[in-house]
Amino acid sequence: MILVFLETEPDGLTETSREALTLARGLAGESGGAPVDAVLVGAPSCPADTAVEQAAAYGVRDLHHATGEAFDAYGGAVWATAVEAVCRDTGAGVVVAAGTPRGMEVLAHVAARGGVAMAANVVAAEGSGPLTVTRQVMNGAVLEDMVLDEDPAILTVAGHAVEARPAAEPGAGRLVPCRPEVPGADLVARVVSAEPPPPDLSGDLTSARVVVGGGRGVGSADGFADLLELTDLVGGALGVSRVVTGNGWRPHHEQVGQTGSRISPDLYLACGISGAIQHWAGCASARTIVAINTDPEAPMVTRAHYAVIGDLHEVVPAVIEEIRRRRDAP
Amino acid sequence: MTDVLVCIKRVADATGEVVLTEDAQAVDGRHAGFTVSAHEECAVELAVRAAHATTGTATVVTVGSDDAVDQLRAALSVGCTAATHVHADPTTYGPRDVAAELAEVVRAHTAAGRPHDLVLLGNDAADSGDFQVGIRLAHELGWPVVNGAVTVEVEDDDVVARVHASSGHETYRVPLPAVVTVLEGGVEPRYPSVPGRMRARKVEVEDRKPVTDFGGASRVRLRLPPPQPSEVQVLGDGPGAAPALVDLLEQLGVLR
Repeated sequence: MILVFLETEPDGLTETSREALTLARGLAGESGGAPVDAVLVGAPSCPADTAVEQAAAYGVRDLHHATGEAFDAYGGAVWATAVEAVCRDTGAGVVVAAGTPRGMEVLAHVAARGGVAMAANVVAAEGSGPLTVTRQVMNGAVLEDMVLDEDPAILTVAGHAVEARPAAEPGAGRLVPCRPEVPGADLVARVVSAEPPPPDLSGDLTSARVVVGGGRGVGSADGFADLLELTDLVGGALGVSRVVTGNGWRPHHEQVGQTGSRISPDLYLACGISGAIQHWAGCASARTIVAINTDPEAPMVTRAHYAVIGDLHEVVPAVIEEIRRRRDAP
Repeated sequence: MTDVLVCIKRVADATGEVVLTEDAQAVDGRHAGFTVSAHEECAVELAVRAAHATTGTATVVTVGSDDAVDQLRAALSVGCTAATHVHADPTTYGPRDVAAELAEVVRAHTAAGRPHDLVLLGNDAADSGDFQVGIRLAHELGWPVVNGAVTVEVEDDDVVARVHASSGHETYRVPLPAVVTVLEGGVEPRYPSVPGRMRARKVEVEDRKPVTDFGGASRVRLRLPPPQPSEVQVLGDGPGAAPALVDLLEQLGVLR
């Protein structure tokens, strides 16, 4: 049996959780049709019924929902207790999560407790006992082939490494409530207070559908005015390169890259960004990349799907004007 | 008085071309140079600040090749006052091995009357990206762990760690001793001063041999992804390309 740790958003399962379910289903097929179960911990941000329905569409048999006061606030160790309990009770041989900060943290706890290996940022997996996986290392510049021959095999899936596809035949989609026991030690590291995000356009970069990116080519803190206007027009989030945060033009929480956020939007509009390997590590999972750059040989341009060659300070205002013109057209 | 242990790893600088060693077990950094990850630079800064704020000490440790002493000296030059070097071939160990060795260092220092109250690490290493050494170390020690902190402060007998989450900022308060992994962004690492470099040269580095049998990383091999031919479609030059770009935005359905 394969167990998938799920994360939710108000509309249901996150895209990356759907991708993890898709990879798990592929592995299940290689194991002769092993069932795929899922685990949800605490109060999901969407109705539980929605999560069950969507999980079933991705082939999930049982959705184990761990509830109880201990799981209300997020804590890596305590949430791992829930995943570990479901894993033990169901005899899962493989545990999968999306390669998000939360997915990584929870499964790392599960792996540490079990004394087994964990493969992070997997892009492909095949076989069963042992499992052979390929994962991204060195910011995605290098691939590592690993063998996971321990029980359970634990892995997280890199964003957009797999295309999320509903199952040809939906799973049973049974909701299985559970209340795992929680050792007191697991409750030590928990959130004691939370602040809302600052009122800016960085939004939730990791789940934004559109990200407008700015790099060295923006030139200054004031140079972001047009990019912010475009970000607002497309209802997106602003992301920046490390050069920008290093120069103090924008705050670090907007940084995309190996040491910033890893994004997987439908569209990444990269303006004045050369595409250094560290930045590429954070944006390579975008479905469509459009680069606006003066240098046609810049790595971001040659790796993009579409490009406009030119100064972003001339191109972006023209794009804004064109969008407004079409909106105002009768 | 907080005694902090901060863990770093010598990694190949990947800003240029990435070359693999002949046995495909590691990245060859001999031409590109070596560094530590940006997360670890911030972890060192936070360790030094926590030590200074409490009149404690900051000790830096690495599990790595003989050359990794360069990275230890760099940390000493910005405020760490002691260093421990576990000599090991990085191609032979995995995250479980590193966590086990770091735990042995903590135990050995405790036995020698130098217990650590707080261990800081980078959230993930720039090369392997395993995301698990800090958590495994915490389990080895039986200590609580907070992941992805951008600031760390010691208040009384607790460590207060601020984490940037998708929903905003979350604050954890955890009793010491504890493990915290650090993300870049909360502090600006300081540059070494000339006196700092001079002082770093004189510090005697504690040398240790591994005390556990390395199990490895379950690695079969590293390989470079096949080169992707450029398939970029140029929509045009300059502002004249704006209509074509907006057409594309409409096709993608991203205009509100």
